[in-house]
Amino acid sequence: MWMLELPPFVLFLIGGLIAATTRGKLRGALMIAIPILGGLHLWTVPEGVHLQLMFLDYELVPYRADKLSLMFGYIFHIAAFIGILYSLHVKDTVQQVAAMLYAGSAIGAVFAGDLLTLFVFWELLAFTSVFLVWARRTPAAYSAGMRYLIMQVLSGVILLIGALFYIKETGSIAFDFIGLDSIAGWLIFIAFGIKCAFPFAHTWLTDAYPEATPTGTVLLSAFTTKVAVYALARAYPGTELLVYIGAAMTCFPIFFAVIENDLRRVLAYSLINQVGFMVVGIGIGTSLALNGAVSHAFNDVIFKGLLFMSMGAVLHMTGRINGSDLGGLYKTMPKTTILCIVGAASISAFPLFSGFVSKSMVMTAAMETGHDWVWLMLLFASAGVFHHAGIKIPYFAFFAHDSGIRANDPPINMLMAMFIAACLCIGIGIYPAALYSLLPYDTGYNPYDATHVLAQTQLLLFSALAFVWLNLKGKYPPELRSTHLDVDWVYRRLVPNILQRMFAVIWKVDGDIRQSVRGKLSQCQAFLARQYKEGGSFISSDYPSGNMVLWVAVILATYLFIGFVS
Amino acid sequence: MDNEKQYLFDNPKNIQRVLYLLYICCGILVALDFVIHRHVYHSWENLPIFYPIYGFVGCVILVLIASWMRTFLMRPEDYYGPVEELDDSKIEIVDVSHSHAKEANNNNNNNNKGDNNVDA
Repeated sequence: MWMLELPPFVLFLIGGLIAATTRGKLRGALMIAIPILGGLHLWTVPEGVHLQLMFLDYELVPYRADKLSLMFGYIFHIAAFIGILYSLHVKDTVQQVAAMLYAGSAIGAVFAGDLLTLFVFWELLAFTSVFLVWARRTPAAYSAGMRYLIMQVLSGVILLIGALFYIKETGSIAFDFIGLDSIAGWLIFIAFGIKCAFPFAHTWLTDAYPEATPTGTVLLSAFTTKVAVYALARAYPGTELLVYIGAAMTCFPIFFAVIENDLRRVLAYSLINQVGFMVVGIGIGTSLALNGAVSHAFNDVIFKGLLFMSMGAVLHMTGRINGSDLGGLYKTMPKTTILCIVGAASISAFPLFSGFVSKSMVMTAAMETGHDWVWLMLLFASAGVFHHAGIKIPYFAFFAHDSGIRANDPPINMLMAMFIAACLCIGIGIYPAALYSLLPYDTGYNPYDATHVLAQTQLLLFSALAFVWLNLKGKYPPELRSTHLDVDWVYRRLVPNILQRMFAVIWKVDGDIRQSVRGKLSQCQAFLARQYKEGGSFISSDYPSGNMVLWVAVILATYLFIGFVS
Repeated sequence: MDNEKQYLFDNPKNIQRVLYLLYICCGILVALDFVIHRHVYHSWENLPIFYPIYGFVGCVILVLIASWMRTFLMRPEDYYGPVEELDDSKIEIVDVSHSHAKEANNNNNNNNKGDNNVDA
């Protein structure tokens, strides 16, 4: 359509400018047009390096397209389109501009062929997305955004240091397989890990995403972690460590998700759980596993977006998002309810929904490569994700006890965005061949055999049975207005408390030392004053002057005596 | 609000129907396990009805552990800072505590997923 050398992110930067300078319907139309045009253009882009520049002695590659990056490019265009459509009613220029630039940064990052370009977009992702959190304009959102930004920038700085080491070691800045054989490899791995929400570095996600605006969270859920997944898939496929990190990521968040009250925070935990499946796939590194990881990232953007959109709709219409404040909304928000259930079925990987066709690839790959325990963990996580995202989210928002809230379905643009996402979820679930044809490898995998379908359906329905049984027994943890501690407690409470106590001691010791020095000084002063005022000698009333005169007289007398003698 | 519309799950019978449907589906799936021959990769899969047991037990353990985690992880809502007040001015909230008290009770006792502890 236009010059092939023009990287796809440029269009979104122009979109940011347009959003900043136009208003009203014109802005809406132009913003919607950009991801559509960009996506259609990207469809025609062949594989290969389309843009190279020389920077000092290094070759920058801002635009490299291969099957892996194109796959993420497609899904980011779809996510940008859905996210922008969903936020079309928002009259907030800050959010609109941030959304455009954020999507552009994500797209720029996946087409980056060298580490320096990647670094630039890595940091841009942080600086543009934080405005989607701050745009909520509450004190909680401001401080959560600050913490988010610090973590993201930290990740960027580690990436830069790693990249510099890498250049020193290899003399190349190409962004390809890196591996964990060197310091550079580890540093870059950690940088990717922070953005990928590895355990203990995951709290920026569960902290900031639920504080963002209803529309902002939808975009946030699509881009940042998926860019990290892409980066891991590019640089660390087949790294055994990732299998275990990923398995941990699938399991630990579901415990938090079960007891969390803020439904968007439940989804944030569930996002980590889904990213865990992708990380396991990358770690296994066979072509089936990598296909599974990439296609699951593709599907996750859509179904997690759909779930965040449905919860965003609830928040937008009722001003509430805690499970304890909601319930019975199916009565007046039937469309949102149905769309949410489609998202819930997809994330739970019900047969005929999108999650099933991608998650099963990772699970099969885990089993084929002999990761038995990891496979059991993934199976547990699959049951768990149905429990918290598949049942808990729709149940506590739309059913459960009647909260008495009679809010209507959201504006048409929000419904349209959710509807498109739901169609994609079902479409990919029913006809996975379309998705599979875009994948990096051809594995001839077929998800719909009797074994898989039966096993998955059994697993899910008996999880549902467990939910029913626990509820009937009164053992299911009720939704309570509460905060649950996570690792962020370390830097939000523990470290500040330790610092506070440490500084209290330091200030006290410092005060004591000053006090005693001041005491000594005033003693000296008093001593001197005493010498001036009271002492005195026979020559002068001042002791020092008298002394001086006396000694001068002694020295003169000595001179006189020496002169006389010699 | 006595004349408020009756919705699908206001009638406890509908909730029971959903529950029976789930029980029947579970029963059929268990039966199918003995009929359909599965490819088995893992020795554990040879156990009869491995997946249903794993799903059920896994979820029960998940919930029990999560409930136990509450004993040491739960803090008041304003632990990290003040919580925003809910704005009721823009939405319609009907009073379900009186006119629907009976139904609400029925709901709670017989709800399709039995949330009899939600109000507690």
